[in-house]
Amino acid sequence: MADKRRTTDPPRTRRLIALVPLLWAAGCGSPGSQQRVVTVWAMGREGEVVGDLLPQFARAHPDIVVRVQQLPWYAAHEKLLTAFAGDATPDVCLLGNTWIPEFVALKALEPLDEPLAHSGVVRREDYFPGIWDTNVVGGALYGVPWYVDTRLLFYRRDLLARAGFPEPPKTWQEWSRALAAIKALVGPERYSVLLPLNEFEPLMVLALQQGDPLLRDGGRYGNFESPGFRRAFAYYLEMFRRQWAPPVANTQISNAWEELGRGYYSFYINGPWNIGEFRRRLPPEQQGSWMTAPMPGPEGPGASVASGASLVIFRRSRHKEDAWRLVEFLSDPEVQKRFYELTGDLPPRRSTWSEPTLAENVYARAFREQLERVKPTPKVAEWERIMITMQLMAERVVHGDEPAEEGLRQLDRDVDAMLQKRRWLLERGLTP
Amino acid sequence: MSARHAAWLFATPALAVIGVFFFLPVLAALFVSLTDFDLYALADIRNLRFVGLGNYWRLLHAPEFWRAVGNTLYFVLLGVPLSLAASLTAALLISSRLTLAPAFFRTAFFAPVVTTLVAVAVVWRYLLHTRYGLLNYALARIGIHPIDWLGDPHWALPAIILFAVWKNFGYNMVIFIAALQTIPADLYEAARLDGASLWQEFRRITLPMLRPTLLLVSILTVAGYFQLFAEPYVMTRGGPLQSTVSVLYYMYEQGFKWWDLGSASAVAFLLFLMILAVTAMHVRLARGAELR
Repeated sequence: MADKRRTTDPPRTRRLIALVPLLWAAGCGSPGSQQRVVTVWAMGREGEVVGDLLPQFARAHPDIVVRVQQLPWYAAHEKLLTAFAGDATPDVCLLGNTWIPEFVALKALEPLDEPLAHSGVVRREDYFPGIWDTNVVGGALYGVPWYVDTRLLFYRRDLLARAGFPEPPKTWQEWSRALAAIKALVGPERYSVLLPLNEFEPLMVLALQQGDPLLRDGGRYGNFESPGFRRAFAYYLEMFRRQWAPPVANTQISNAWEELGRGYYSFYINGPWNIGEFRRRLPPEQQGSWMTAPMPGPEGPGASVASGASLVIFRRSRHKEDAWRLVEFLSDPEVQKRFYELTGDLPPRRSTWSEPTLAENVYARAFREQLERVKPTPKVAEWERIMITMQLMAERVVHGDEPAEEGLRQLDRDVDAMLQKRRWLLERGLTP
Repeated sequence: MSARHAAWLFATPALAVIGVFFFLPVLAALFVSLTDFDLYALADIRNLRFVGLGNYWRLLHAPEFWRAVGNTLYFVLLGVPLSLAASLTAALLISSRLTLAPAFFRTAFFAPVVTTLVAVAVVWRYLLHTRYGLLNYALARIGIHPIDWLGDPHWALPAIILFAVWKNFGYNMVIFIAALQTIPADLYEAARLDGASLWQEFRRITLPMLRPTLLLVSILTVAGYFQLFAEPYVMTRGGPLQSTVSVLYYMYEQGFKWWDLGSASAVAFLLFLMILAVTAMHVRLARGAELR
């Protein structure tokens, strides 16, 4: 029975073996005085895969026992805040890098500049600068990027070619022409681009491409009435006004992947996990028809958002040195390569990208290029809330419930109110 | 030891439990609602500021809060009468002597009440699906264009009302069945001898005899429906366009999504005041009707 399982389902067996040290540690109750326990919280699929990487770490560090706890992504934020309030944070945690400013505001994270200075493994210059930057708050480093994602174009190569464009667009102008040509080609029932109204990322990416920051005066006030944001917002609205984009939320689209296959739309701004989804969900005869491309910008190749997840160490950890050793291990290019093979998550280090498995992935190439041009979002704890307020405003304006001018004014007012406490704390020097 | 002391002695454990697990948290929440307890205060309690009625003031001026109140009232005003009507109709049908296998129907109608909400919500999402849903299929048969139940801001709340009524009517139905059994049969016999129609029987005997039960059931249902949360949480997450954000859902977002516990506590007290006011009005109206 065991042999049969080994031949049919190697990953599971591997996972079981990976669990052995954990079970052993759990069975012991309290590990011997020689051994130190490092707890790790990791979310989603990544949380499952960490276990597969750990036996190698255990061989190198027999005195450290790693305990992995898996969390679902949707509950992770709540759970981490509750753990912080209850003084039960783990040693190491996988943290979405947009959450880092929030946990820094909580003073929950350990600054990592000191161990970084002595590290032979984590080398700053090997990381994509925009991604690295998301981990730096107030001049101090709080996380080491573990995997990255950014948003760019998934598009229908064949439809774009039929509309007369052999190459994906590089500028907004080219993009507009391509969108118009595709719309003319597919008719009134279908569209050129999908910008789901319940996602803030497409508008945020267009806004990040501008010179004006999204918040002004060091994250004290909203900056949504700036010329830059106005330009991004006008372009976003134009795509709906010209019926290049359908005014829908993605809950109204039952299967975004099949709809791209059917040509309901030809451009989709989304993240790297969709490479796997499109490969899996589109029929083989359509596999040649889609491709990825870097974001077009206002004048030439544009920026996109620096996101992803980082490994952080909590301030209350009692095994910070061991925790750092684990972070170093997981940041090793060799280990990252295996991690990519197991999850498809894109690595944050340039050296890992030169590995053949990644270099040969044609869909990942656009991401490699885009990652050199990613920008972090403003590092304030209130950021997610600000983005959701922006998205709701955009939704109202697209539906014609509110004029754009009024929407922007209201958005700045709402954001200023949200940042009121932050301004109060900054005045007193109580937050970075 | 006097009887008075003995009574206190017996009541003390229960009172202590209620005090510690109910009154103390309520008082704490009342205090928190007067502060700006947020993420920063969680980091360092010195960042906590006393804001008086500031949270209440801000909420009463926030369009999103009123939106949530409006959605909740819509849900209550439409949902409660529908739910009571469905419960009463089902109870009458099951109590009727003509119904075959009443025990079967009683169980079947009660089943949704005891089924896990999340599980039935998944099934209902299929039923309500725009293109593949059974409901739109049935509507198409009678020539009605497909409705995007959970994606259209105008239809999402009606869809949730439908779901909530279906999920809950069995509970009140059981109470009504019990109440119907207490109505003496000779009243109906006398009415029939006088030549009363079925409608007259219902109007002149059943309804008046059910009045106390109706009052109880409607108060409980109104209070319950004001606390709408799980249905939108599972089915729509408050969307589309905030059209299914109820007061309680708004509170959840304030408290656990944005960790703005001061504001969330204030929402809780405003909701409490709302339910209190509506129930008081309800009872007064019922009393007035009785006096007449």
